[in-house]
Amino acid sequence: MNLKTPALPSGLDTQPRRSWRYPPLNALIGGSLLAVLVLLALLGVVWTPYDPLKLDLLARLHAPSAVHWLGTDEFGRDVFSRLIIGARTSLWISLLSVSVAVICGTVIGMLAGYLRGWTDRVLMMLNDALLAFPGILMALGIMAIVGASQYGIVLALGIAYTPSVVRVVRGSVLSLRELEFIEASRVIGNSELYTMFRHITPNCLAPLCVLATSMFGWALLSESALSFLGLGVPPPAATWGSMLSASRTYISTAPWLGIFPGIFISLTLLAINLFGDALRDRLDPRMRK
Amino acid sequence: MSVSVPLLAVENLQIRVGADGPLAVDDFSFTMAPGEIVALVGESGSGKTMAARAAIGLLPAPMNVCGGRITFQGEPLDTGNAKAMRGVRGARIGMVFQEPMVSLNPALTIGRQMSEALKLHTELDAATIRQRCSDMLQRIGIKDAEKCLASYPHQFSGGMRQRIMLASVMLLRPALLIADEPTTALDCLAQLDVIELMLELTREQGTAILFISHDLSLVARYAHKVVVMRAGKAVEQGRIEDILFAPKADYTRQLLEALPRRGVLVPLPAADSPLLQVQDVCIEHPGPRSFWGRSVPKRVVHSVNLSIAPGETLALVGGSGSGKTTLGRAVVGLVTPCAGAILFQGVDILKAANRAHRLQCQMIFQDPYSSLDPRMTVGQIIAEPLRHEPGLTAAQKRQRVTDTLLDVGLPEPFRERFAHQLSGGQRQRVAIGRALVRRPKLVIADEPISALDMTIQKQILELFERLQRQYGFACLFISHDLSAVERIAHRVAVMNQGEVVEMGPRERIFDTPQHPYTRRLLAAASPLEKRADGSYRLRASVI
Amino acid sequence: MFRFILHRLGMAVPTLLLISVIVFALIRLIPGDPALLMLGDMADPQSLADMRSSLGLDHSVLTQYLIWIKSVLSGDLGVSISSRQPVLELLVERFSVSATVVLVAVLLATLLAVPVGLLAAWKQNSAMDLGLVATATLLLSVPSFWLGLLLLYVFGIQLGWLPVIGYVGFASDPMKAVTYVVLPIITLTLVEFGAIARMARASTIEVLRLEYIAHARAKGLSEGAVLWNHALRNAFAPTWTLIGLILGNLLGGIAVLETVFTLPGIGRLMVDAIFSRDYPVLQGCLLLITCIYVLVNLLVDLVYPLFDPRVKL
Repeated sequence: MNLKTPALPSGLDTQPRRSWRYPPLNALIGGSLLAVLVLLALLGVVWTPYDPLKLDLLARLHAPSAVHWLGTDEFGRDVFSRLIIGARTSLWISLLSVSVAVICGTVIGMLAGYLRGWTDRVLMMLNDALLAFPGILMALGIMAIVGASQYGIVLALGIAYTPSVVRVVRGSVLSLRELEFIEASRVIGNSELYTMFRHITPNCLAPLCVLATSMFGWALLSESALSFLGLGVPPPAATWGSMLSASRTYISTAPWLGIFPGIFISLTLLAINLFGDALRDRLDPRMRK
Repeated sequence: MSVSVPLLAVENLQIRVGADGPLAVDDFSFTMAPGEIVALVGESGSGKTMAARAAIGLLPAPMNVCGGRITFQGEPLDTGNAKAMRGVRGARIGMVFQEPMVSLNPALTIGRQMSEALKLHTELDAATIRQRCSDMLQRIGIKDAEKCLASYPHQFSGGMRQRIMLASVMLLRPALLIADEPTTALDCLAQLDVIELMLELTREQGTAILFISHDLSLVARYAHKVVVMRAGKAVEQGRIEDILFAPKADYTRQLLEALPRRGVLVPLPAADSPLLQVQDVCIEHPGPRSFWGRSVPKRVVHSVNLSIAPGETLALVGGSGSGKTTLGRAVVGLVTPCAGAILFQGVDILKAANRAHRLQCQMIFQDPYSSLDPRMTVGQIIAEPLRHEPGLTAAQKRQRVTDTLLDVGLPEPFRERFAHQLSGGQRQRVAIGRALVRRPKLVIADEPISALDMTIQKQILELFERLQRQYGFACLFISHDLSAVERIAHRVAVMNQGEVVEMGPRERIFDTPQHPYTRRLLAAASPLEKRADGSYRLRASVI
Repeated sequence: MFRFILHRLGMAVPTLLLISVIVFALIRLIPGDPALLMLGDMADPQSLADMRSSLGLDHSVLTQYLIWIKSVLSGDLGVSISSRQPVLELLVERFSVSATVVLVAVLLATLLAVPVGLLAAWKQNSAMDLGLVATATLLLSVPSFWLGLLLLYVFGIQLGWLPVIGYVGFASDPMKAVTYVVLPIITLTLVEFGAIARMARASTIEVLRLEYIAHARAKGLSEGAVLWNHALRNAFAPTWTLIGLILGNLLGGIAVLETVFTLPGIGRLMVDAIFSRDYPVLQGCLLLITCIYVLVNLLVDLVYPLFDPRVKL
């Protein structure tokens, strides 16, 4: 699948320069949505409208009103407050797991791509084997050993996503190796190690950023899915997925319990997707010329 | 060739970028008679491609025709009307593009692509179509036409693909063929093949050719009429003999001046021993990898012997696949020979211990667009080799970079710029600066000017000469184009299929070539020469 | 051609071997006595002793692995602790349910998404295109389990058209069985439509910029012919890779949909196995899913040469 896109014939490069004064629409929407959510999550560290953990059995299953904006759940807890701290948990876990995956994956991918030979073959064989475990499956497997806890999930998701990072980084390194400036570095007299750090790594950043952004979305979705299945962070912690799961029993009597957590998850994922798209467009080397 | 109704008449054509952008083509007019060969010549950005594409209605999205008229075979061409244009395209106007690697659809067979246009524009049945395609393939020299029809584009070389594309376009017998730089991506020998084929086919059917090129000397051989373009305007036009004999416009003269010529060579210092000696070097490429390991390696350089004296420029010339680039890469250590020795000042630089000596050989790479790290500034790129230069303080290094920048003609503001902000010529200057910053004794230049415009090529060659006079480095100048080396090579070595077939001083090689391959290369080189009175004419050996 | 197939199969074998090692290691890493894990807390001492010797627990780890591999290859994957059913039987039963839903949904999604993506690329930046991109991005961002819940609420509870819980197999009553799988299939189709449409659009836009498209137009072909005959084949390749990835991911991710719609599929089986500490079943699920994934990848690779003849046959 090496559809090498050639440079356009001379004369066709005269595309009007895009005005970068105004960032594109998807970056604006995505970025601002994300910013709002992150701010909300950070705010939740110090303050929420109500105590998300406090039971108030007199206020059970109240529909959304001026008092409780998004209603209350079966224990009388304020839905909005729980969603806010859920944001914190979900975003934090996703961030950590992506970081783990990116760090491990980059190191392994670089080694495999640059050294080639047997190192590469062995690492890639291992990588392919790990890739055969679809994300959630791998996470489930690891959680079965480690047990459900916040750091267990981070470990599980981090390991689950490392193979994808390895693949992308290795691919990047492989195509960069063919470029003349890498050869030039060797001709000047630089060692392999130096060339790898000084020349290859910075040029891998662009696809890595795009991948990391997508991964952030996958991690969020996976964390919600795991919570939904009951395998996420244990109660009484509030996560969006577990709130959705709990809402099933009350689906006919208190539909708002199922609607709002889903909206929050969708909005976050939408924001990440939009922002990721804008990032990819911006970093695409062809657009830069 | 004067008929009352011109085949194609372009009047006051104006093409704008977008709704209110700059004009890509401004008040452009010319005419073509049936069967005539007209060349549109200009450098990049001159608008020649846009003008030609307007004639067939294939302007890319932001461009649009905002003024002027195009008349084809007496009727006005409404390039905006898609349906009308589809009837014209292919059947009456055919087009051949530049990049042979991508102009054929990799997912469809040759036969399918060739027959497509015939199916569309004629009423012939499938069997006749197939027969015509097969005949045409044989006509262009493909022996097993049936096999070719069932094959895919990636199975053929670049030159072959261009011929196939020509064949499929000419199948429809259009009245006009637009050839948009059809040979720029090919080496000089393949270029000749493709152009000769094009002339043959068009002569048979009386097709006119609108030939777009940046290379004036290439079209001088074949064109009846030339239109020189610059920045969207026609600078000069007329019969080729008139333009060559007495170019009126300054720009035309500039283009003609840019053609390489034999000049005075850089004087050689006295030396008793050669700087570089290549002794019986053989290089192999590993074979294709299969599951069971690699298969038989392919030998690309066979027992090559050559030497370079200090300060001398040795040109290594040959077509693609001749092994010249591989040999150059072996000298700088990017490729390891499987036999033979490479001695630099008497020391075998193939041994890792002699790294210091090997670093005295530096390289200028071919592609200015990929030989510079996109994330480094110009200053950083040029300063990087100084890491291996012991005994220089930071201040001295900074000074050396400043000096080198000046040497290559890039003023101080360029220091902080990035590669993507520079033009091709400027990038090549940076590459030269990087190679020279440590004042090496030998520079390997791998096709350093092939990717550049003619006038820029001249500038870079001049720069090179000047630097050589100043610093006295020897040079191994690798090129597929003999005319480029005529200017600066002391000696020339011609390679074909991994072997040096002829080697000798410049005058002897150019004036009295011995080997048939050398003669072929010369025939493909620039045919123009300057006469004493300042006019140009085609070389006697060519006419 | 056969060399290609053989070669790919050959490459798959080491992967499968490694997978088996990983699964083996994973299960062994679970804290506790392996024999107890396999038989459950209620087992009597005699069965435990038998299990210990059949697992080869007194031998080296390598021997244990070999014993295990031997039994796996002969079809003996153990017995479920909770249901006393042979694991292999259970796996096959459940997998067929999941596979039906996944395959139908992905097929539907592809058939809808690819033409739509092509059209959007053709009319790039038109109102229709922007509308499509917005819709696809939205669909892509909605978690499948939430969409399922919403659809269930609307069609199952409010409108009462479709059943809310339970399942009827195709073997027993085809008509009724359909009503149980309609909603999960629709949910999955909608979710995957977004991803596939975007990819089809993006790769078609890429392809339309290439020179052979200009060449095809220069022959006089209509836009439709250019799109269909020239662009589609080349643009489909990345989309096909994506479909392979989606199928692979759904093998695990189907668990959430099955939970929402209470389908007896393999995802739910695995989740239940984790909760009930039914390790033989867990092990079997891991093995089956990963091997199927390798198979799916193999099939995707084998189809590739149809689109891109440059792939070495």
